[in-house]
Parts: sequence; C-alpha cells; structure tokens
Amino acid sequence: MTSLTHRRGWGFWLQLGFTLLVCALLTVPMAMSMLAGLTANYFVGLKSGLTLHWVEEVWRVYAGTILLSLQIAVACLAVTLVVGVPAAYALARRPGRLARLVEELLMMPVAIPGLATALALIVTYGAVGDLRSSWLFILVGHVLFTLPFMVRAVLAVMLSVDLTTLEEGAASLGAGFIRRFRTIVLPNARSGILAGSLMVLTLSVGEFNLTWLLHTPLTKTLPVGLADSYASLRIEIGSAYTLVFFLMIVPSLILLQGLARHGRPSA
Amino acid sequence: MAVRPLESARMTDRFHLDAVPIRLDGCGKTFPGGARALEPLDLTIRGGETIVFLGPSGCGKTTTLRIIAGLESPDPGGRVLFGDEDVTDLPIERRNVGMVFQSYALFPNMTVAENVAYGLKVRRVGRAERGRRVEEMLDLMHLGEFAGRRIDQLSGGQRQRVALARALVVRPRVLLLDEPLTALDAKLRDSLRLEIDRLLRELGITAVYVTHDQGEAMALGDRIVVMAKGRVAQVGTPREIYYQPADGFVADFIGTMNRVGGTVRDGVLRIGRGSLPWSGPDGPVELLTRPEDIALASGEADAHLDGRIAAAVFLGDRTRLVVEPADGPPLTVDTAGRSDLGRGDRVSLRVDPARLLAVP
Ligand SMILES: Nc1ncnc2c1ncn2[C@@H]1O[C@H](COP(=O)(O)OP(=O)(O)O)[C@@H](O)[C@H]1O
Ligand SMILES: [Mg+2]
Repeated sequence: MTSLTHRRGWGFWLQLGFTLLVCALLTVPMAMSMLAGLTANYFVGLKSGLTLHWVEEVWRVYAGTILLSLQIAVACLAVTLVVGVPAAYALARRPGRLARLVEELLMMPVAIPGLATALALIVTYGAVGDLRSSWLFILVGHVLFTLPFMVRAVLAVMLSVDLTTLEEGAASLGAGFIRRFRTIVLPNARSGILAGSLMVLTLSVGEFNLTWLLHTPLTKTLPVGLADSYASLRIEIGSAYTLVFFLMIVPSLILLQGLARHGRPSA
Repeated sequence: MAVRPLESARMTDRFHLDAVPIRLDGCGKTFPGGARALEPLDLTIRGGETIVFLGPSGCGKTTTLRIIAGLESPDPGGRVLFGDEDVTDLPIERRNVGMVFQSYALFPNMTVAENVAYGLKVRRVGRAERGRRVEEMLDLMHLGEFAGRRIDQLSGGQRQRVALARALVVRPRVLLLDEPLTALDAKLRDSLRLEIDRLLRELGITAVYVTHDQGEAMALGDRIVVMAKGRVAQVGTPREIYYQPADGFVADFIGTMNRVGGTVRDGVLRIGRGSLPWSGPDGPVELLTRPEDIALASGEADAHLDGRIAAAVFLGDRTRLVVEPADGPPLTVDTAGRSDLGRGDRVSLRVDPARLLAVP
C-alpha cells in the first residue's frame, strides 16, 4: 500500500510528462498568440513593452462583429431550445423505427461541409425578400448547424431517465401534460439541456465555414472578422482579436460547465 | 379476522378510503402490429376487495392493469366502470387512481417529501394541509426520517414504501400495483408483503395487485385471477384456486401438483395395486393430487403405490420426498419433518381418495 501511494514508479512520471507535453503543444501557441496581442511591437519582441493599444484598436474596428456574434449566438440558443427540446421529447417518447431514422438524419448536417450547406441556403432562400442582407440569414445557417447537437444532447439524457414511466407516474397522480412537461420532463432533462446549450453557444460563436459564405460586409461575425484581420492587418491586431475571442467564450464555457456539473441527474 | 394493534388502527382510520367497485366489460387489447395481448375480459372487482392477477410473464397482467388505470384503452367495445361511472374515455390523470409501478417511477428530481406531496400539489391542496398529510403518510409508512432524502439515497424497500405513500396520500378511488415486490430480495419481499397486506385491509381500498409469484397471490388476494396467454383461466379465492383448479394449467401453476394415472371400471378406480370407489365413466384417467394428500402407507393392506425415493429434502416442518413409482411420473410427497427416510429407500404410498381431482 504505502509503496504504491508514496513512491511513484517511473511509469507515473512518464505519463505525467507526456500529458504535460501534449498540453503544452496545445496551449503554448495560443498563449504566444494572445501575448502577441499585448506586445507593443511583435517584431521587436516583449522588450518593446506590453500595451492594451491593440485591444482598443480591435474594439474600435470590430465591436460590431463581436456584438453581432453574441446576438446571433443568443438568438440561435433561443431557437434551438424552443425547437430542439420539444423535438428531442417527441423522439424520446416515440420508440418506433421512424424515430430512430429521424435521429440518424439529424446528424446529416454535421457530416455535410458548412460551405455546401451555406450554398444550398443561398440558392434556396437567397432571393427571398431582404433575407440575404439580414443577420437572420446567418442565424438560419447557425440554427441548421447547431440544432442536431441540442437535440442529441437532450435526447440522450431523456432516454437515460425513462421519461415515459416517470410521466405515467405523474399522470397517475393527476398531472396533465403541461404540468408534467414543466415539473417532470424539463427538470429531469436539465443536464442534457445545459450541455446542449453549451454546445450551441460555443459552436455558434466560433462558426466560420457557413458564416463566411453567408455574411455580407454589414453582417460580419467575430470569426469572419478574425479571418479578415489575419489576412489584411498587423499581426498584433489579429492576436489581440484572438484574445478578445477567448475572453468572450471562456467565461461562458466555465459557467455552463459548472451548471452542468451541478445539475447532473443523480439516478 | 386478526386483532390489530390499537395504535395502528387509529393511524389508518384517518386514511380510510371509499371502496369503489370496478367492472371490466369485454375489455380486450390488440396492440398495433396485431399482437393480441388480452382476449375480451369480463370481471367485477368488489369494493374494498384485493384482487390479484396471477400468471406467467407475458400473459397480459400488466396490460389489464393499465386498462384499469387508463394508461391503455381497451379495444373498441370494451368498457371500464368505477362504480356507476363509465371511465373508459377518461385519461389516467382524471381517473383518480393510485398506481405503484414495477420500477417505482419515483421522481429523481425531488426529495421523498416532494414526491409524496406531488399529487396533493396537483390537486391544489393548501400548503398547511399538504404538509400535514405528507407527514402523516410518511409516518404511517415509517419514512419520517427520510423526508428530505433524494430518491437515489434510498434502499429498494424504502423506495417501494415511498411509491406506496405517494399513491395513497391522494386518497385514490382504487390502488393498482404492478409487481411491486419483484425487484426486492426475498427477505424484504416477505416483510413488505405483510406490510402491504395490513395496509390494504386497514384502508379498505379496492386494490388490484399484479404478480407472477403464487405465494404473494395466495397471501394477499381476497380473490385471484389466474391468467394464461391473454385469457382468464380461473377466478376464485386462494383456497378455491388451490383445491379446485379449473384446469391443468392452474393446477400446475399454483403450488405443486402430482399426476397419478389409473383405470376406472364399474365404479372402481384402480391405482397401482390399490383400488378405491370412484364415480365416472370407465376407462383410463389422469388424476391430480397435492403432495400433502399422499401419505406413507401404514401397512401393506392400505397401500396404493410402491416406489423408490429419488430425493428427500428436509424443510424443517416437513420432509418433501420425490418418489419414483414402478410406472408413471415421479410423485412429490410431504411427510413429517422428523423422518429418517432417505434416497434409495423403498416406500409404499396411499392417496387420499377424497382429495383426488379429475381436471380437464
Ligand atoms: N406496448 C406494447 N406493444 C406491443 N405489444 C405489447 C405491448 N405491451 C405488451 N405487449 C405484449 O402483450 C403481451 C402481454 O404483456 P403484459 O401485459 O406486459 O404481460 P405481463 O404483465 O403478464 O408479463 C406480451 O406478449 C407483450 O409482449
Ligand atoms: Mg408485467
């Protein structure tokens, strides 16, 4: 016992070293990039001093893209919740072959390249009113892309808690459909709804493929702006922009992770 | 009628429920896909009676219970009546039934007390009265100290009692239980069965209990409905079912039954080398008899059959012998516990002529 817990073998150190190496491989470039966004002059290096100048510059030029990204992400979340949770519920309550087929079909948009989906949207709806120049066009693309993630996350949890029987229990106590949905279905699907929301928010904020094709100069989102700045501006601005992106996405990730852990179903 | 402890009698007085009779009128069930789960069934369950549906797995017990509950509707033409009220078209949430599910169906997102309070909340019972009734019910079910626990912090037996408390606290018209003890281990099953028995009798509620365990059925049922392949094989009190089984299936399903072959001629039945008076048509017959109705013969003169003991199982109060006769299937015979007979011994047996059953 003691030798196991107190003296760790070389295997342990090997594993730890390997893990740290992989972590470093992933995080060092990110850290370098963000540091570049705070450096006065990237080509001179850190000795040129640290500054928030580039971040301010990013805000001045790209504030619109940041706000639009947030707006689209929140709207996308709202739509996927309103559509996705009932859809998952319907699938969970219907055990037949058709339901399983729909479940498979839900994965299709994920397998199709975003560019292809975007092109299909433009061909189909591009000429409908002012849709092409509206941010709603991008929203449609994002909903299409993220909805399956919401449905699958919610469905997995709903199937694991045997909703049918729980609902029958509630019905036997006199609860009608609305009350059952509110007091039994939603609370017991909570962890799936939170996990799905987390996916939808992050996927929407970071989505590039679809958005790049769907956007207009007036409807640029953050990732599109990022590509833009990488391509045409000083590296410090692109890096500062990346920093802003992280500052936006990381807190919401942590928050939702925490919520999800808190609300994990206990059975 | 056994005398009940005063205290518990007073406890349950407050919960005493109306006893509503249930009538099933030609209730059959065909599932989509054509599977006939239940042949049209007519049955009257008396108010306050505990009726047990007994049968092997897949015979349609749960389907029948779900039709009574309102979770399935019977095939067209079938009717379900509670008292004089036709409830066929009422969904379960408007039938005011209490239901205990095989898997309990307790809400994992609520505590024990919240689970029990759920039905009262739905019925808009005020907070104060709700709290009082939940507390009373939890005490009655010995769950007081678990009120604040989550469901996953309870043992199987405790979950079962929460399920019962949750179903009873709303004072349902009928109580429906689907194999409530099947998921528990044997010892817990016995003690909970006694508890349920006492509760049903004291509450005086009409109860429908589904099980595949004949011991449970015998202990709990005022009457038993034996089912086989979607049909009712027999309806009767436990004694009727045990001593006068309607057919071979019921005879074999309930307890242990021996099959003895014989021949009838001129009002005399010959079994082995014995003969006894018998009224019935001439010819070979197969008769049934219980292990306790075959005895070891006291002398050569009154023996009917001879055989060799293939197995002897000591059960404390009795010893169960499996005897292989010269011809015919092995016979199970119960003898006194203090018996020193063993495997390989030769014995002579005598059947009790009054206890021989001729069954179709
Ligand atoms: N929802 C259903 N769809 C199709 N067949 C069913 C359904 N429920 C039960 N059955 C069938 O009906 C028969 C009776 O089932 P059930 O009433 O559950 O039996 P028991 O409770 O006696 O074990 C079985 O053959 C079962 O497969
Ligand atoms: Mg069943």
